[in-house]
This record gives sequence, C-alpha cells and structure tokens, in this order.
Amino acid sequence: MILILILALPLAAAALCWLAHLDRLAPRVTVATALAVLALALVVASRVVAGGRIVAIESAIAVDGLSALILLLIAFVGTTAAVFSWGYMARMSHAPQRLRLYYANYNLFLFSMLAIPVLLEPTFVWIVVELTTLSPAMLVGFENTRTALEAAWKYVVLSLMGAAVALLGFLLLFSAMQAAGGGTYTWDGLVSVAPRMPPVLLQTAFLLILVGFGTKAGLVPLHTWLPDAHSQAPSPVCALLSGIETTAVLYVILRLLFVMKGVPGLDTELWTVTFGLISVGAAAFLLVQVRDYKRMFAYSTVEHMGIILMAAGLASPAGHYAAMNQILSHTLTKSFCFYAAGAALLATGSREIAAVHGLIRSAPAAGVSLLLGGLAIAGAPPFAVFLSEFSMCSTASGRPAGFMWCCARHWPSRGFPASARGCTPPTGMNGRWRTCSSSSSRVTRA
Amino acid sequence: MDSSGLYPLLDSLNTLVSGLFLLCAFGIVATRQMRGCLLWFITQSVLLAASAFLLGIRHQSWHLQAVGVVNLIAKPIIIPWILRRTLHAEIYARREIDQVLNIPTSLLIALGLVVLGYFLTQPLLQAVAAEFRGVNVPIGFAVLLLGAYTLTARREAVPLLIGVLAMENGAFFAGIAISRELPFIVELAIASDGLILVFVMGVLTRAIQQRIGSTEVGALATLKEEAAL
Repeated sequence: MILILILALPLAAAALCWLAHLDRLAPRVTVATALAVLALALVVASRVVAGGRIVAIESAIAVDGLSALILLLIAFVGTTAAVFSWGYMARMSHAPQRLRLYYANYNLFLFSMLAIPVLLEPTFVWIVVELTTLSPAMLVGFENTRTALEAAWKYVVLSLMGAAVALLGFLLLFSAMQAAGGGTYTWDGLVSVAPRMPPVLLQTAFLLILVGFGTKAGLVPLHTWLPDAHSQAPSPVCALLSGIETTAVLYVILRLLFVMKGVPGLDTELWTVTFGLISVGAAAFLLVQVRDYKRMFAYSTVEHMGIILMAAGLASPAGHYAAMNQILSHTLTKSFCFYAAGAALLATGSREIAAVHGLIRSAPAAGVSLLLGGLAIAGAPPFAVFLSEFSMCSTASGRPAGFMWCCARHWPSRGFPASARGCTPPTGMNGRWRTCSSSSSRVTRA
Repeated sequence: MDSSGLYPLLDSLNTLVSGLFLLCAFGIVATRQMRGCLLWFITQSVLLAASAFLLGIRHQSWHLQAVGVVNLIAKPIIIPWILRRTLHAEIYARREIDQVLNIPTSLLIALGLVVLGYFLTQPLLQAVAAEFRGVNVPIGFAVLLLGAYTLTARREAVPLLIGVLAMENGAFFAGIAISRELPFIVELAIASDGLILVFVMGVLTRAIQQRIGSTEVGALATLKEEAAL
C-alpha cells in the first residue's frame, strides 16, 4: 500500500501542476510531494532493514534491500532538487506558465524514476525507463536556447535508440523463460528459472540490454548525449539526471547480472569490467579538455557509472557492497556538485570554468560549495567517494579483473587536476595557483 | 482447408509480409521527402499487424491477434494524427537536401546490415522450438539495425523520429515470433508508450523549428570539446 502511495503522489502532483491555474502553488506542491515521498521511502527502508521484502501487489510491485536503497536515494535527490528548483527557477525569470510545465514534468520524471526499483516485471521496467527519457525531454531543453534544444534532441534520440535495442533483449528474455517451461516473469522468477533457459538466448539478451541500457546509463561509447544533456539542463534537473537517473538505469543492469550468474559461455564479469574500464578511461581523457564546469561534472558521472558497473561485476559480496557504497556516495556528492554549479551559474552567469575566478570572494557560499563538491567527486579524502573507492580497490586487488581496475583507478586522478583547475580560481590564491595550473594561461586571460 | 494445407500457406504469407516489412525499412533509409518517410512507416506498421495476425492464426494465440489489433490502431492511425497535431503541415512537404552519405551508398550499407543481421541471429534460431523458427527474427533484427543506421545517416527531425519508431517495429517484429504469450497489459503499455514518444518528439521538433527556423537537427553540432591548448 505504501509503495502504491509513493507512486501515486508524484502523479497526482503532476496532474495538479498541469491542470490547476495556480502558478504560485506549483513549486510548493512539488516540494510537499517530494517530502512526503521521502518520508514514505524512509519508512519502507526501515521496514526492509527490519523484516526483508515489502510486497504491495504480488509479482508486480515489491521492494527488497537493493530496491529500497535506490528508492530512498531517488526520493532524497528528488526532494533536494525540488527545494533547489524552488529558489533557482524563480531566480531564472521564466514565465509562470512555463514554470508550471516545468513542475508538471518534474513530478512525472520523479514518478517514472520511483517506479524503476519498485516494479518487478522487466517489461514494465522497460516502459518506465522509456518514461524517464521522455519526461525530462522538455526539462533538458527548458532554457529554449539552440544548445539546450540540441542537447535535448540528442538525449531523446540516443536514449530511445538504446531503449529499442533493450526492448528486443527483454522480449528474448521472456521467450527464454517460456522455452524453459514458464514461470512468473519477474526478476526473482527469472533468477530461479535461469539454469533451465537456453544459454544463447540469455547471452544475446544480456548483450542487447547491456548495450541498450548502457546507452541510457552513459557507458562509453554510447555516452555522447550525456555531457550535453547534463550540462544544458537547469541545475536541479542535472542533479536528478546525473545523480540518480543514470544510477537507476544501472540498477536494472545490476538486476540482470543476478539472472545471468552461472550461465555457461557468458562471462558477465569480463563484459562489465571491460565496459566499465572503457568508460572510466575515456571519461578521464575527455574530462581534461572541458571548459564548462557542468560538462566536467557530467563526464565525472560517466566515469562513476563505469566504476559502479565494474564493482558490481566483480561477482563477490564485497564487490556488491562496494558498488552500493559507491552508488550512495556518488548520488549524494554529484547532486551536491550540481547544486553548487547552479549557485555558481547564478552568481557568475557563465558556465565557463575560467569565469568562476575569484568566486570565493564574490559569492563565498557558491565558491566554497564548488570547491568542496569538486574535491569530493574527484575522490579526495576524507569524502565518501574516496572511502568507497578505497574499499573497492582493496576488494578488487585479489582478482585479475581487480588488478586492471586498480590500474584504471589511477586514470581518473588525471581528472583531479581538471577539477582542481576549476576549483583553483575560487580560492583566490592567485599567484601560486596560476603558475601550477596547466590552464594557467586561460585563467589569466579570463 | 485443413491444417496440413493451412500452415504452409500461413508461413508463406508471413514470409511475404516479412519481405515487404524489410522493404519498408529500406524505404525509410532512402526516401528524401518527409511525407514519403511517414508513409513507409505506416505501411511497415500495417505489415507488422498483418504478421501478428498470421502468426496468431498459425499458433492459435489470441494474444498475437490482440497485438495485431493494438498495432493497427496505434501506429497507422493515432501516430500520424499526433504528428499532424504537433508539427506544422509544411514540415511534411520538405525534402532532405543532403544526407551524410548519398542514397546508393546508404542502400548498399543497409544491404550489408541485413546480411549481418541474418548471420547474427542464426544461433538464436537454433535455440528456439522448430515451429517458431522463421524469418521474423532475422528480419526484425535487420530492421532494428536499419533503424539505427537511419539515426546515424539522416539529418532531418522527422526521418530520425521515424527511424526510432522503425527500430521499435523491428524489435517487436522479432519479438512476436518468439514470445507469444506476452501479457496484453504489457502490449497496451508499450503501445501507449510509443504514442507518448511521438508526442514528446513532435513537441520537441516544433520547439526546434520555432527556435532555429528549420528541422535540420543534423546541423545542430555546436556542443563538443575543443582541443586543449
């Protein structure tokens, strides 16, 4: 019952924002709904920790430990983004009718994300993931500039392309279940029937869904939409997209990994570690070239999705725990980074890294937040991301895949000078940092 | 006609429908005019419904008949209606002036993709029961690849939208042959999801048209990294 309420509230809020002609109510309704959903999600999480699963509709809507974690994170980021939207969107001077559309789409987006961990049938999960592409389409292009619309178009087309590929994968999974003699088409049902399913169908389904939903999660080489969409959208939407939406899609791939365990001829560890490594490496190289601090955070999302996929693929309880740790720390840190970026954008009016020069004097809160956020997401101690990655490294070092992983972990530290470059201007320590920074010429020109 | 004569007839008809389905995908890759692209898609959707009906009779599955009905209503009728409401009529009169590759090259690549799809799906067919092997899976997969190719080769908004819809058609065409008892509610939800997709992309295309003055989304390529100095 509580799960159905969690899903119904954002839908009701979306309808209210869409239909009612009370423009000033829309942000209040959104924040109130998000807070209510967060409270309910906390109740769900505490019940799951105490007692195991919670079932609302048998074989359709239920929550276990993994789902409860994702649900709670979605609710939390949804609430913080709603609160941030209230002030941020008001400062950005949009027409009241457009703001009402923003909040209606926001609530629809929140609904579609909340449904991902709660639904049990994989094809329904596919439908809801499609909705998470379609509902923020207008949000990504909200600024209505040429670049924003370009980002929105790329986002929608590439995500839908991935979803179509994944659709075939899910249909193959269904037919594999029928070939094995039937059963309930839920995640748990698939896990129990998996040993009897024809391996070639499972292998093909796994690859199709990994490629298809990997596009949506931002795995290289299908990530090209992510830096654009996650930088052009308004900052609270970026926090939702980067912080939790890509993670929610990765959750679907993680569920699939449980189904694929032990399938002959399919080494899921190899595929996930390979895709993860490529993502981490490519993001690290691409990140050094960016001039836009929101794009930098977006590339960092690509990197972290690769890290989470690798950790989850390491196929050991410690690896799974490390992946969950990484999901938690990344979600909280990345959403904070985008709020800091939003504040910096309001203070400076520009997305350029060079433009935040001296921010710590002109807008101290924004400057300090941006500095701390950048350090945290780059993996500096003592922040959570550092702790989770350190535990991942120590978990992985006993395995051949882990050795590759530890080597790869050194690559993103090249991204750290980039984030430091972004952070150095705000510190205002002009002389010393300029000579040290590799982009010093760009900083002095700004 | 008894079943010993009916089943081969149904299989032959299904093969014909599948061939025409593939032809429609080639049409979507190659047609320059927007209206022509949309017509190829409508034809393709009708053929998908026809295949669903034929397979439904063949395997005595009312699920597939229902799939056919839903597809027949949603794709050839409702989707063009939504597009007419969200896009300006003059967008349909446009022709795409240039594509990434010229049309003969595109068609050759499309042919190569069909052959590739055929070979990639052979191992799948071995795993499925004998009476469900047929042309649906290779052709559905080939249309999926052709749709993806359309997304890379075309530069105008409407053909790109049609390409996405064609990919879903292809995935479904393969799916109806091997996953027959998909619950009806799932089929309905996928169909309505397709309608929302068209609506959202239509609204986005209109916003691009209003902001930029054309729907040539291939020209929107300003967001990229510059080489580090």
